[in-house]
Amino acid sequence: MAANPMNQFEVYRIGPEIKIGTLDISFTNASLFMIISSIAILLIFNWGSKKRSMIPSKIQLLTELSYSFVSKMISDTAGSKAKPYFAFIFSLFMFVLFCNMFGMIPYTFTVTSHIIVTFMLAAFIFIGVTIIGFIRHGFGYLKLFVPSGVPIVLLPLIVVIEIISYLSRPISLSVRLFANMMAGHTMMKVFGGFVVSLGIVGGWLPLSFSVALTGLEILVAFLQAYVFAILTCIYLNDALNLHH
Amino acid sequence: MIKKIFFQSIFFNFFFLKEVFSAESGGMPQLDPEFWISQIFWLTITFGILYVVLSKFILPKISSNLELRKSQIQENIEAAEKQRESSEAKLREYEEIILKSKIEAKNFFKNAREKVIKDINAKKEILDKQIDEEISSAEKEIETLKNVAAEKINKIAIETSSDLIKKLIGTEINNSSISAIVDDLSKKNKDKYYGS
Repeated sequence: MAANPMNQFEVYRIGPEIKIGTLDISFTNASLFMIISSIAILLIFNWGSKKRSMIPSKIQLLTELSYSFVSKMISDTAGSKAKPYFAFIFSLFMFVLFCNMFGMIPYTFTVTSHIIVTFMLAAFIFIGVTIIGFIRHGFGYLKLFVPSGVPIVLLPLIVVIEIISYLSRPISLSVRLFANMMAGHTMMKVFGGFVVSLGIVGGWLPLSFSVALTGLEILVAFLQAYVFAILTCIYLNDALNLHH
Repeated sequence: MIKKIFFQSIFFNFFFLKEVFSAESGGMPQLDPEFWISQIFWLTITFGILYVVLSKFILPKISSNLELRKSQIQENIEAAEKQRESSEAKLREYEEIILKSKIEAKNFFKNAREKVIKDINAKKEILDKQIDEEISSAEKEIETLKNVAAEKINKIAIETSSDLIKKLIGTEINNSSISAIVDDLSKKNKDKYYGS
């Protein structure tokens, strides 16, 4: 039944089943929307950076504004040392943003509402940041777990807490995005179902609520992409500038 | 607060839905590992391609364009600054010229005044000299007139007194005796009439 609010998160195969060994890598609706988002990003940014005029057109202004937005975000949180990772954070932000935004269109699939996708991104960031930290500071990176100015008695406890908080970073990062997306979309679906079930008489209240929720969800879609990117910057800052 | 309501309603929905749609296979499709590998695979591919194309082809173009614009604006600002400086220098020059010409005008005025004063003084001196000369010549004339006047008066006095005596007495008297008397009188009264 289509009224089930969790149905929208169902992944299904498009086309034939593709297998490498025992691994199923079939093309699904999730893959389709990943590709659509990526292509949309590439098309917009290619279009916006093609003309390179001194006085920018609207689309060029859009690309330049998003460029300087992300650039400012990185330099504010992670400093100038994070410059080499700009392209990664930019594509991460844009990918999450576009996946979230495409999910707002009715009858589409939200890629970021799947824990495995967000967890893969978060795990990649976590591993990458840890590697960068160890390359930059060697074993001195472990000083991250020992904050300065803590009484020696509390130190074992603090170190354990710090290690746990460090290790839970990928989980918190991925669950934050995934839960926000899933919750919002489920809410909208539930209210949409109320509109249908309450009919012409009582359906107006959930309908108006649904409209308001759509606005809120668009805000959340942007905000979560921003939060995802800025947390990546903060983790990167820990790895690049070790000041604890 | 909104989040709290959010999650509460979600949990409520789950609870609610499980009862209503218990006939369907419930639970979250996200936790079904059937397509996890596929999603990981496609995520890696699409995100990898996105990253490579953005970082190699698109972002450098945007950044170079931004740099170009920044440098252009900087250049324009510098040019404007230069022009402003030059115009300020010209203004200063102009003010200097005005100041100089003012001083010159003042000098001219001063010189002219001095010259005029000198002229006036010289002419005044000449005039004074002339006046002095005239005064002294007039004084001399007066002096000579004064001297001559006494003699003339004496003569007139002698003539009139001889005439008077002739008319009164009817006989002529020797002029020399009259003149002796007049001389004597005039000598006596000279101080009275002319001062010393």
